[in-house]
Amino acid sequence: MRPPVALGPLGGARAALAASWGLLLVAFALVWSSPIVLVAVGLAVAASAALCGVGGDLARAARFSVPLVVTMALINALVVRDGETVIWRFGELPVAGQVDLTAEALAYGLVLGLRIVVIVSAFALLVAVVDADEVLRKMRRPAFRSALTATLATRMAGVLTRDARRMNDARRARPAADGPGRMALVQAVATGALDRAVDVAATLELRGYATRGPVVAGREPWSRDDQAVAASALMLAALMAWGVVSEVASLQPYPTFSMDAGVVEAAFAAALFVVAVLPLALVVREGRRR
Amino acid sequence: MTVLRVENLSYRYPGADAPALDSVSLEVEPGEFVVCTGLSASGKSTLLRAACGLVPHFHGGGVSGRVTVGGLDTREHQPGDLAAVAGTLLQDPETQVVMGTVGAELAFPLENQGLGPSAVARGVEEVALALGIGELLERPVSELSGGELQRVALGAALVTRPPLVLLDEPASQLDPVAADELIWLLRRLNEEWGTAVLLVEHRLERCLAHADRVIVLDSGRLAFDGEPRAMLEWAAQHEPPLQTPAARLFERAGLVPAPTGVREARATLRDHGLLDALPPAPPAGDPGPGRRRLSLRRAPRPEAAVSAGGAWLSRPGAGDVLRAVDFGVAPGETVALMGRNGAGKSTLLRLLAGLDRPDRGQVQASGPVYLLLQNPGDYLLAERVGDEAGEESLALAGLADAAERHPRDLSGGQRQRLALALMMEGEPPAALLLDEPTRGMDRAARGELVSRLRALAASGVGIVVATHDAELAAVAADRVVLLSGGRPVADAPPSEVLSGGWHFSTETARILGGAGGACTPEQGGDLLRGAMSVEVAP
Repeated sequence: MRPPVALGPLGGARAALAASWGLLLVAFALVWSSPIVLVAVGLAVAASAALCGVGGDLARAARFSVPLVVTMALINALVVRDGETVIWRFGELPVAGQVDLTAEALAYGLVLGLRIVVIVSAFALLVAVVDADEVLRKMRRPAFRSALTATLATRMAGVLTRDARRMNDARRARPAADGPGRMALVQAVATGALDRAVDVAATLELRGYATRGPVVAGREPWSRDDQAVAASALMLAALMAWGVVSEVASLQPYPTFSMDAGVVEAAFAAALFVVAVLPLALVVREGRRR
Repeated sequence: MTVLRVENLSYRYPGADAPALDSVSLEVEPGEFVVCTGLSASGKSTLLRAACGLVPHFHGGGVSGRVTVGGLDTREHQPGDLAAVAGTLLQDPETQVVMGTVGAELAFPLENQGLGPSAVARGVEEVALALGIGELLERPVSELSGGELQRVALGAALVTRPPLVLLDEPASQLDPVAADELIWLLRRLNEEWGTAVLLVEHRLERCLAHADRVIVLDSGRLAFDGEPRAMLEWAAQHEPPLQTPAARLFERAGLVPAPTGVREARATLRDHGLLDALPPAPPAGDPGPGRRRLSLRRAPRPEAAVSAGGAWLSRPGAGDVLRAVDFGVAPGETVALMGRNGAGKSTLLRLLAGLDRPDRGQVQASGPVYLLLQNPGDYLLAERVGDEAGEESLALAGLADAAERHPRDLSGGQRQRLALALMMEGEPPAALLLDEPTRGMDRAARGELVSRLRALAASGVGIVVATHDAELAAVAADRVVLLSGGRPVADAPPSEVLSGGWHFSTETARILGGAGGACTPEQGGDLLRGAMSVEVAP
C-alpha cells in the first residue's frame, strides 16, 4: 500500500529502488573528498528534490547542517597539525600545547563540512520521498534485530518530528515569561528519543514484526518511475565503479593541499549529475505532457 | 485452554522502591470478558504489559512468577511471538501507530502473519467498517486527531482476530457515542468469536454491564476478583472511589442491589414504581427557574475573557473544521465543550489560544490565554521537576516532595498538576483552556481537578474544558456547548444539555430519564428518596 500522493519519480518508484539510488549518491560523497564531486552530488540531490516537489524539506535540512560546516572547519583547523602553510600561530596554549592554524587544515575542514551537508541533504531527500512503510516491510526479511534498528531509524524521524511539533505547541500555549526556549525543546526531544525509540520498537513487536513469518509480496508491474530510477541507479553504480578504478578526482589534503581538477574531473562530475537527474527529469516531463 | 494464566507474579520496575505487581495470580478463560480496574498507579497497566510480554522484555526490572498467554510462557517468548495470540492496545495512541497511513497501519499485523494481499485487504476492510474508520484508510496518520488515532490503533490490535485482546483504556479519547460502540463491538467479538477480553478501565460505568468478571488491583496486589455486582458491593465497603455513578445513586437512595448499568437500574426503579413517581424531565429548551437561556448565534460579548466571532478554519484533507463559530467565555465562567471526535473541540481551543489563526472571523481576548493540551508531558522539558516550576507552585500542586525527580517519572495525574502549575507561573491568565483533562484519571484525581478549576474560576479566570466526560461537565461547568460538524448546536446549562439524551448525558440522568436534570448521583439519590416517601405516603 503506497502513500496516497507519490512525490515525483522517487516517491513513485519502489522504495528499495529509491533508497538504493539515494544511498549511491551518499556513497559518492563518502568515497570522494573532492569538492568538485561533492558539489555535483549536492546539485544532483537539490535538482532531484525540486523534481519531486520537496525542495522546501531539503532547504530546511541544509540550513540545519550549515553550522556543521563552520564547526568542522574550525575543529579540523585547530586539531590537525599536518599542513605546511601556517596562516596564524596561536603559540603555546594550556592543554593543547603548540597550536598553528594551517591553510590545509582549514581547507580540508571546509571540505569535510561540505561532505556533511551533502550527506544530510541526501538523507533528507530519502526521508521526504521514500515510502517508509514499504522500507519497513522489506526489512522484515533480513535478521530481525538489525532490521528493527534500521526500521527504527526510518520511523524515528517522523515520530520525533511529531513530538517536536506537539512540544512546540505546548511551549507556545503556556506563559511566555521564563518559559523554555527553542534550545530546551530541541534538547528535550533529543533526550527523549531513546524512550520514544523503545515505544516504537515495542509497538512493532506487539504488531508481530518480530515473528519473521513468510513475506507475501504482490507482483506489481514496473512503472515508468521504477524504470527511470533503476536506470539512473545502474548508471550511477557503473560510474562509481569506473571512478574508483580510474582513481579520478583524487584529493591530497596534507602536507600541501592538492587535488585533481582537470577536464576528466569536470566530465566525471557532469556525468554524475546527468545520470542522477536526467532519467528523473524525463519522467517528469513525460508526465506533464500527458 | 486458558488464554491467560498469571501465577504468583511480582514485578519491580528498574530503580523502583516498591513493586508494581505483588504476588498476582489470575486466569482468563476463552470467551471471558474481564474488566481490570483500580485507582491510579495500582498496577493495572503493568499487568497488561506483563500479559503481552513487554514486562520484562522491554522494561527490564525484577520479575518472579510466571505468565502464560495461549500456552506461551512470556519469559521464553518475545512480544512478537505472543502477538499471534494476543492483540494489544496500550494507553497512549501516539506511540501505537508505526506506519504512514491508516490503511498501512491496519494491514501491517496481517502482513506480519504472512497473509496474501486479498486476505490483507479483506481484513483491513472488515476492521475499518467495524470501527467506523473506513473513510480514514487513505489518510496519513500524522493528520489524525487523538480519538481517530485511538480507533486506528485499536483496529491494528483487533485486525488479526486474536483469541485474547488486551486493552488499556481504549475509550479514553473517544466520544461517548464511539466509546459505547466500542464496548458493544468488544462484546460482539467476545460473544460471536469467543474472543477473551481483558480491559483496563477507570470508568466502570461504560463496561460493567458487559463484563463477566471484574478484577481490582490495589498497590500492585489483587484486591478483588469476582462478578460485577459483587465488585460493586465490595467497592462500597472497601474502595468507594471505584463505585459507579449508578451504584452511588442506589446507595444514596437506599436501594439494593447496586446496578451494573443503566438498563438494570431502570428495571429496578420500574419494579419499585419509582420511574413513574419521579418528576417529569424539564422540556428541551426550558432553562428552568432563574436561568437565562443562552442564544446559539449571539455576537461575542465584549466582556468575554476570550471569544471567537464568525470563525472559520479549514485543514487540508479535512475541509472546514470550524464553520462560523461564535463562542465566548466570561471571566469566572466555566464552559464545557463537548461533541463527537472531529467535531472541532480541540481546533476551537487552539484557535482561542492563538496556536492557529482563523481563515475568516476573529478571536479576541482580554488578557493572556493559556492552553493545557491533551498530553501534559509535552510541557515538561527540564531534567528535574524543581527546574520546571518554583517552590511555591510545586507546593500548591502537591509536588513539593517531587522536586528532585525527573518529570517523566511522575504519574499522569502528577504531570497534569505540574503542567497546570506551570500555567499559573506567569502573568495571570484571562482564560485557561483544557483539552481532555480527565483522560486516564480516577475519580479522586478528577475531584481534585474540579476543586482547582473552581478555585481558578473564583479568582476570575474564564475556563473552557473540552471533554467527553459528562460527569465532569455536570459538576464543573456553568454552561455546556455541544459542537457538531464544526459549529455549536447547543449552548445551555448542563442540566439541559446533559439530561434526557442517550449519549451526551450523565449516567444518573440516563437512569432517571432526565428527571432533576444532569444531577449528581447524590442529588439523584435524594430525588429518589423523595419519590419513595411520596410513594409510601397514605
